[in-house]
Amino acid sequence: MIKKLTCIACPQGCPLIAEIGQGRVSKVSGNKCPKGEEYAKQEIENPQRVLTSTILTQGLALKMAPVRTNKPIPKNKILEAMSEIKKLRLNRPVKVDEVIIENFMELGVDLITTRTVD
Amino acid sequence: MISRDLVIVGGGPAGLAAALAAYENGVKDILLLERDQYLGGILNQCIHPGFGLQYFKAELTGPQYAERFIQKINHIKEIEVSLKSLVVHLTKEKALTYIKPGAMQTLTAKALIMGTGCRERTREMIQIPGTRPAGIFPAGLAQKLINIEGLLPGREVVIIGSGDIGLIMARRFTLEGAQVKAVIEIQKESRGLIRNVVQCLDDFNLPLYLRHKILKIHGKDRVEKVTVAEVDDKLQEIPGTRFELACDTVLISVGLIPENELIEMAGVAMDEKTNSPESSELSTTSIPGLWVCGNAYKIYDVVDGVTRDSAQAGKLAAEYLRNLP
Ligand code: SF4
Repeated sequence: MIKKLTCIACPQGCPLIAEIGQGRVSKVSGNKCPKGEEYAKQEIENPQRVLTSTILTQGLALKMAPVRTNKPIPKNKILEAMSEIKKLRLNRPVKVDEVIIENFMELGVDLITTRTVD
Repeated sequence: MISRDLVIVGGGPAGLAAALAAYENGVKDILLLERDQYLGGILNQCIHPGFGLQYFKAELTGPQYAERFIQKINHIKEIEVSLKSLVVHLTKEKALTYIKPGAMQTLTAKALIMGTGCRERTREMIQIPGTRPAGIFPAGLAQKLINIEGLLPGREVVIIGSGDIGLIMARRFTLEGAQVKAVIEIQKESRGLIRNVVQCLDDFNLPLYLRHKILKIHGKDRVEKVTVAEVDDKLQEIPGTRFELACDTVLISVGLIPENELIEMAGVAMDEKTNSPESSELSTTSIPGLWVCGNAYKIYDVVDGVTRDSAQAGKLAAEYLRNLP
């Protein structure tokens, strides 16, 4: 089977053609760099995205503190992760890249801040 | 009048990169003016990833990208940062006046770098007939409301134009629980990066209507619906293709335009079509010792390019100051 994809690993957005056999990618073409091949394999076998959002603060200089997963999480966990993030409140000053939740939802990634909030 | 070696207007990615590069190239008296209460500019509201792939070889969010520069700048005492400082006047002799809470200050800059960014195009808005209800937002304003103010501007959203900010906001609204009904683009292709079409629309099965336009916005107090139709090669409505979409919110994402009123006031030769300075070489203007960088110079696709070119402007300013009699 042949599947057409667009690589989203960088702004170039190369059109990719992936050849798939038994649920696995056997060959990738159209990529201008090795990251494209990696992306196609990941996207077909286990698609993942970095999730970013904000959490409400209490008593801090900014009302919303931006956060992200430090690594991509499975695409099908995104909406569940959003509802978890919505429940959170931040009531202590944080530095950028500070861990808010370790091993977020047991996904092996950390939820971290992306801005210093005093 | 007070004179400063280098004044930089705007503390977004352009101004930050220019300030650092000027310092690294020997300028020891730098004043960085920012109208907001934080450095970082538009990056602060761009909480999504996609920044820094070229420059840092890492995929950062906007605030992370900004902080890498802000932290450096905060440690350099030769760079004086003045926040909540809005420049209101500029002359061709590079005398500028700015206001900040409780004060108004005029000074001359031996060298001046403008990193004043851009604003959202709204021209097309005027061409959309209909009422003027609440619920119509430029996409970047909606971004600020959600990401900085923590407010959700609507629940059922139609996005006009497929610029990057509109695409990013389609995803953001969806994640926040709103329903994005459609992105309507009059051209044959998306205006935004293809990667944003994939990860912001396709990921969530949000429909992108290419070669379609909004004929009318309906609603008395609040937006109620829009009328959409397919268009032909001349961008005219194809009869029989009309349909309506119920929504309470319309976002406009039809591109950006450089913000350059100050240099215009100073008499810099302008290219009226792009609202950017006439320029023979990167960042130069018709006034010696005055550079424009970042989105005020031209609209960039990615911030890494802004950083690279603005650093070059900082370097040019340092050279210019070295060669002054
Ligand atoms: S294949 Fe490489 S160059 Fe092409 S979009 Fe992917 S990362 Fe970018």
